[in-house]
Amino acid sequence: MAQLTHRTSSLLKPLSFALSSTRHLSSTTPITVETSLPFTGHNIEPPSRSVETTPQELIKFFRDMALMRRMEIASDSLYKAKLIRGFCHLYDGQEAVAVGMESAITRKDCIITAYRDHCLFLGRGGTLVEAFAELMGRKEGCSKGKGGSMHFYKKEGGFYGGHGIVGAQVPLGCGLAFAQKYSKDENVTFAMYGDGAANQGQLFEALNMAALWDLPAILVCENNHYGMGTAEWRAAKSPAYYKRGDYVPGLKVDGMDAFAVKQACKFAKEHALKNGPIILEMDTYRYHGHSMSDPGSTYRTRDEISGVRQERDPVERIRKLVLAHDLATEKELKDTEKEIRKEVDDAIAKAKESPLPDPSELFTNIYVKGYGVESYGADRKELRAVLP
Amino acid sequence: MVDVSSNKLKMCKITNTSLSFRLNIKSAPHPPPPPPPPPTAAASTTNIASKRHELLLFEALREGLEEEMDRDPRVCVMGEDVGHYGGSYKVTKGFATKFGDLRVLDTPIAENSFTGMAIGAAMTGLRPIVEGMNMGFLLLAFNQISNNCGMLHYTSGGQFKIPIVIRGPGGVGRQLGAEHSQRLESYFQSIPGIQMVACSTPYNAKGLMKAAIRSDNPVILFEHVLLYNLKERIPDEEYVLNLEEAEMVRPGEHVTILTYSRMRYHVMQAAKTLVNKGYDPEVIDIRSLKPFDLHTIGNSVKKTHRVVIVEECMRTGGIGASLTASINENFHDYLDAPIVCLSSQDVPTPYAGTLEEWTVVQPAQIVAAVEQLCR
Repeated sequence: MAQLTHRTSSLLKPLSFALSSTRHLSSTTPITVETSLPFTGHNIEPPSRSVETTPQELIKFFRDMALMRRMEIASDSLYKAKLIRGFCHLYDGQEAVAVGMESAITRKDCIITAYRDHCLFLGRGGTLVEAFAELMGRKEGCSKGKGGSMHFYKKEGGFYGGHGIVGAQVPLGCGLAFAQKYSKDENVTFAMYGDGAANQGQLFEALNMAALWDLPAILVCENNHYGMGTAEWRAAKSPAYYKRGDYVPGLKVDGMDAFAVKQACKFAKEHALKNGPIILEMDTYRYHGHSMSDPGSTYRTRDEISGVRQERDPVERIRKLVLAHDLATEKELKDTEKEIRKEVDDAIAKAKESPLPDPSELFTNIYVKGYGVESYGADRKELRAVLP
Repeated sequence: MVDVSSNKLKMCKITNTSLSFRLNIKSAPHPPPPPPPPPTAAASTTNIASKRHELLLFEALREGLEEEMDRDPRVCVMGEDVGHYGGSYKVTKGFATKFGDLRVLDTPIAENSFTGMAIGAAMTGLRPIVEGMNMGFLLLAFNQISNNCGMLHYTSGGQFKIPIVIRGPGGVGRQLGAEHSQRLESYFQSIPGIQMVACSTPYNAKGLMKAAIRSDNPVILFEHVLLYNLKERIPDEEYVLNLEEAEMVRPGEHVTILTYSRMRYHVMQAAKTLVNKGYDPEVIDIRSLKPFDLHTIGNSVKKTHRVVIVEECMRTGGIGASLTASINENFHDYLDAPIVCLSSQDVPTPYAGTLEEWTVVQPAQIVAAVEQLCR
C-alpha cells in the first residue's frame, strides 16, 4: 500500500485514498462485481445486478468505510469520556449507504439527511478535525461548535445537514430539488430519512409535490428496522417503504452492499433527471443503539446484532472482495486500518486542542447582516436600547 | 400624578429630533444585483412633490411584489391558489401568466411541507415568498418556521442563509370564526432568527414587502384581512422602507399610543375624540414587531412620560406584553405612570358580529384609557 506522504495535511484533506501497488491489474482496469441480492422494483424495471468498478474504487471503498467505522467507534469512546455531550447518533453498520451514494454522484448534487449525519458529512468532503471539533463543541467545528452532532453542514460539498426533527428534512430536500429544477442545472437531491420517519405526514406531502412538478428528488429510506426502540413491524402497517410512494416508483436495495447502493443511486439519478422522484429503500442495520443514550439491546437480541455483523458487515464484504481480486494482502489491509486508526487519533488530538467558541459567538449568525438590520442591529448583545 | 391640565391646550411644537434623525438615515448598499440606492424613507404624510398614484392595499402589495420579481429572477412565490387563481386576496393576480407556473407556484394544501420546500429552496439561494392563505394555517408549518427557518443560519455556523418571506392575512374582522381569525404574532415572536413586520397602509405595505424580499433574513409579514381595501396615494418612484423602523403617525405631547396593523385605525378614531376633548396623543405605528424600534419609542416616552399600547393580540403573551416588559426595562425612569396595555380578550373569536366586535379593542375603550391615564 502506498504510504501517505503528507501526514498532517491528510488530516485536513477529505477522505483520501491510497493507490494500490501494481498487481497484475492496473488501478483502472474495470472489474465487474455482482451485488449480493437482486433489486426489487415497484412500478419500475430494476437495474442489473452487475456493477462496474475498478481496483482503485474498491480500495477507496474499503478505506472510506474503515475510516467512517473508526470515526464512529472513536466518537463512542469520546461520548463515554463525556467529551461529547447531548445526543450522539452513530452510523456504524450503515457506512455502505454513505460510500456507495457518494461514488455515484457529484458534489453538485445535494444530500440532506436527519441526525445520523457524521459519516455522510465525511463523504461530502468534511474533514475529521471539523467533525470531531463540532462534536466536542469547539470553534473549529463545521458549524463553529454551535450545531452539535445533529447539525453538520457543508455548503461547498453540497451537504445540507444535519436535522434534528424527524421527517422535517424531507420537505427541505424537495425544496432543494425545486431550486435545482428552477435553475435548470442537471443535478439531483437525495433526501434521506429513516424507517421511523417514513410514517411522517410531511413526507407524503412532499412526495406529492415532488411528483406533481417532476422535481429531481430521490427519497432514500435508510431502513435499519428500528425507529429508536420500536421495530418496523410495530410502527408501520406496511413496512415495504419502497412501495409507499404508490404512483412514485421505488427500488429496494441491500444497504449493506456498497456496490448495490452505488448502482441504485446511479440508476435513481438518471431516473430523477428525466422522470421525477423515486424512492430508494436501503435495507441496512445499525450496530449501536439509536443514540449513545440507548443501549440498543432492550428491543433486539445481541445474537441478532452479532449475526448481522458476521453475515452482512459492509466493511468485511469489501475486504473479502479486495482479497478475492488479489488487490492487496491481508497484512496491507491491516496496515491501512492501523493508519486510519492513527489518522483518527491525530484528528481527535487536534480537535481537543481547538479552543471553545468565544462568548461573543452566542450572538453571531442569528441574523445575516444586510438590508434591514443595519439601523439597530438585531444581534444586540445587550437588550437595553441606547438613545443617542 | 403630574397635572397636565396646563398642557392640555398647548399645541405641541414638533422639535422632531426623531424625525430629522430618520430623514438622515441612508439605506445601506444592497447585496448584488445592486439597484440605484432607494430614496430615504419618509412618512406618508410628508409632502413630497412627487408624482403619486392611488391604489388599494392589496394592489400596493402586488406592485411591490411585481417590482421585486422583475428585479431579481430568484424571487418566486409559493402558496395555495397564488397562481392561476390569482391569490385568494388578489395579491398575485396576473402573475402566473407573466412569470410562469414555476415562479408562481400553486401548491397543494400542505403548509408544513411547502414551507419546508421554500426553506430548502432558500438554502440554495432562491428567494421564495410563502403565502399562507390565512395566517392561522401557518400554525401547521410552525416546526419548519421555528426550527429550520429561524435556526438554520445559526446551527450551520453561518453557512446557509434563509432569505424567505412568509406573509399572509390574519386578524379579526370578517366574522370568519375562531380558527380563521388568529393573530400569530404572539406565537412567532420568540423564535430566534426571524424578523416580524406588520403593515397597515398601502404605503408601508409596499415598502415593507420590498424590504422583506431584499432582506437576507427570514421575515414574517403580517397583513390584516380588513385592511386590504384601504385606499391611499403612494409615490410613483421606487421606495423601500426600513424593516426595523416604527412610523410616527401623529406627533403629540401628552401620551404615547403604540399600535400596529388594524388597531392603528381604531387609535386614530379615538385620537380624533381625544383631540376634541383637549388631549394631544402621540400615535406611533410600531410596524416592526421583532425587533422593536426602541429608538423611536424611547424618544417618544422621554417626551410624553405615558404609554398606552393598543394591539389586536391576545392579552396573554402577546406583542403588548413583550413591549410592556421592554419599555419598563429600558425606560422606567421616564415613565410617570404604569404602562396601559389594551389587547384583545383571551377568548376564541366568536362568530356573532357584536361579540366579535367586543373581542377587540374599540375606540371608546382607548379614549377611556387615555383619560384615565392622563388624570
